[in-house]
Amino acid sequence: MAAPLLELHDLKTQFFTPEGVVKAVDGVSLELHAGETLGIVGESGSGKSVTALSVMRLQRPGKIVGGEVRFKGRDLTKLSEVEMREIRGQEIAMIFQDPMTSLNPVFRTGWQVGEPVRLHQGWDKARALGVAVSMLNRVGIPAPEKRARDYPHQFSGGMRQRAMIAMGLTTTPKVLIADEPTTALDVTIQAQILDLLRQVNREFGTATILITHNLGVVAGMCERVMVMYAGRIVESGPTVDVFAHPKHPYTWSLLRSIPRLDEERHEPLKPIEGLPPDLINLPSGCAFHPRCSFKMERCSRDVPTLTRVGDTQLAACWVTQSGVELKGA
Amino acid sequence: MPKAEAVQLKRAWTTSDPLVSVRGLKTWFPVASGVLQRTTAHVHAVDGVDLDIKKGETLGLVGESGCGKSTLGRTIIRLLDPTAGTIQFKGEDITHQRGAALRAHRRDMAMIFQDPYASLDPRQTVGDIVGEPLDIHRLASGPARRERIRDLLDVVGLNPGFVDRYPHEFSGGQRQRIGIARALAVDPTFIVCDEPISALDVSIQAQIINLLEKLQSKFDLTYLFIAHDLSVVKHISNRVAVMYLGKIMEIAPGQQLYRRPRHPYTGSLLSAIPIPDPLIERARERMILQGDVASPVNPPSGCRFRTRCPRAQPHCAEEEPPLEGFGAEHLAACFYPLD
Repeated sequence: MAAPLLELHDLKTQFFTPEGVVKAVDGVSLELHAGETLGIVGESGSGKSVTALSVMRLQRPGKIVGGEVRFKGRDLTKLSEVEMREIRGQEIAMIFQDPMTSLNPVFRTGWQVGEPVRLHQGWDKARALGVAVSMLNRVGIPAPEKRARDYPHQFSGGMRQRAMIAMGLTTTPKVLIADEPTTALDVTIQAQILDLLRQVNREFGTATILITHNLGVVAGMCERVMVMYAGRIVESGPTVDVFAHPKHPYTWSLLRSIPRLDEERHEPLKPIEGLPPDLINLPSGCAFHPRCSFKMERCSRDVPTLTRVGDTQLAACWVTQSGVELKGA
Repeated sequence: MPKAEAVQLKRAWTTSDPLVSVRGLKTWFPVASGVLQRTTAHVHAVDGVDLDIKKGETLGLVGESGCGKSTLGRTIIRLLDPTAGTIQFKGEDITHQRGAALRAHRRDMAMIFQDPYASLDPRQTVGDIVGEPLDIHRLASGPARRERIRDLLDVVGLNPGFVDRYPHEFSGGQRQRIGIARALAVDPTFIVCDEPISALDVSIQAQIINLLEKLQSKFDLTYLFIAHDLSVVKHISNRVAVMYLGKIMEIAPGQQLYRRPRHPYTGSLLSAIPIPDPLIERARERMILQGDVASPVNPPSGCRFRTRCPRAQPHCAEEEPPLEGFGAEHLAACFYPLD
């Protein structure tokens, strides 16, 4: 297999707060290959967004305290701010959850969409606007010449997210990081944007990291998935296998706790008991053990490492690593 | 007034009659513009809704943002004044009730809000928040009040010892439990749940859904459950109403709505919802809607959905389709329904 495009090795990002140190990302390793779509799922506070922001070196006020982010053979954590700026606009693009606040309200949309090529490729205004208009057209904005002259407030939420995606694509980046790109949108608009992201991936061959809390979105979009809990990856593998035979009790219980549109009979949901962990005072051992219905004595003592369980998956769980199968009532 | 209707109004309400009955309900908001801030137009948030809610059922109400679902819920319990139409509660017309008469009905209704962070006063203790409805309606005082508050906390799964704590000491899921305890304080018959879980973490949502179901059977509650997440609504509801631009487009028992949607909007809404199963997702055929929701200030003529509808015909612009029956308990407003 070809070398990965983007490789995270034992990445650690921490926030130093008056209450204590928050280990937002606590030793995350991952590989992203050219053209693939990787999903990162987790709840709020699991570290999925901070992982993405750390790749872009936008994690401030958090600090990257360890590990590497290798892109095209270079460690991004060691680059100067000037060098990093080149990577951000041109090689790795990022789109955010809230299209309402991530566009500047005082500049025309076309001007903003053309900004990456003006800044990074030194194109003049007219040429940049030309590429902005053609990119707005490609992401499905009707009458793009006219809309390029509009301000962001004249766009609907879905249109703004399209404009953000257009902006990210003007420099044809190798990697697109989409952080909850559809969470603020209605479901019919979400379907439009996900469809657009699939198209972008197909036509431009852009490798995509899709960060979401929505397991349904991952199921429809990603070949591989990583599940995060309390700053760590607890499970990873091909999406089909992870959803069919989860190897971490967190993934297993999460899948059972959500109502499904296609459920046949009404049965009470099986919630995950307890609360998400306090990131400043993490439980000892495995961070999930206080909520885990499979826990063994060892789980409260030792932190499990991400190890192969089954043919295709990795799981950080003493229970499944010891050969126990996850089964419930 | 036709004779049959007049007779029905006189007959005393029984539990087999709808608990809530809404006819031709409209709630419009004025849009002011210009220097003089004159009203120049109206947002047609709820624009002619007929709806019955049976005693003991959960009626789900789904739709996208701006479709009027929250406004409808708030108008039904008279937190907003309707522009036109009637609202009956337990057989009594409450559309224009005020003062003591309205307060008496309010003791029978409650609301659970979406945002557990914004709907609790940060300066009040949990005991005061849950106890406020008891004070307003003079339901309990002194030791009985304190006892009732502890019982309410217990029933929603909170430690009764938390009465003197403040909202900021609790997580989102726990705060939503406080909001539920407050809603239960008046011992209501009917509760409007307005997106009660959408602000919560995925792993917490199921806890709250199960709690709401448990409370419903324990206290014989009737819910209007408003949400944008159709999977959740289908799970918790007996019947589901789909709303678009201020109108009900389709209403049917949840399973039937999912198996055989008749309105094209319901069909596209269902196909837009991701199912957490990669094999199913890959095989699914999607019906992706074009464009955005039209403006509720100037809703399209005829059928409001026609501007995005893949099946729209010229006729759809000329006449508004009525809600018509498609078998037992299944109504849809479409001239060219799905098979």
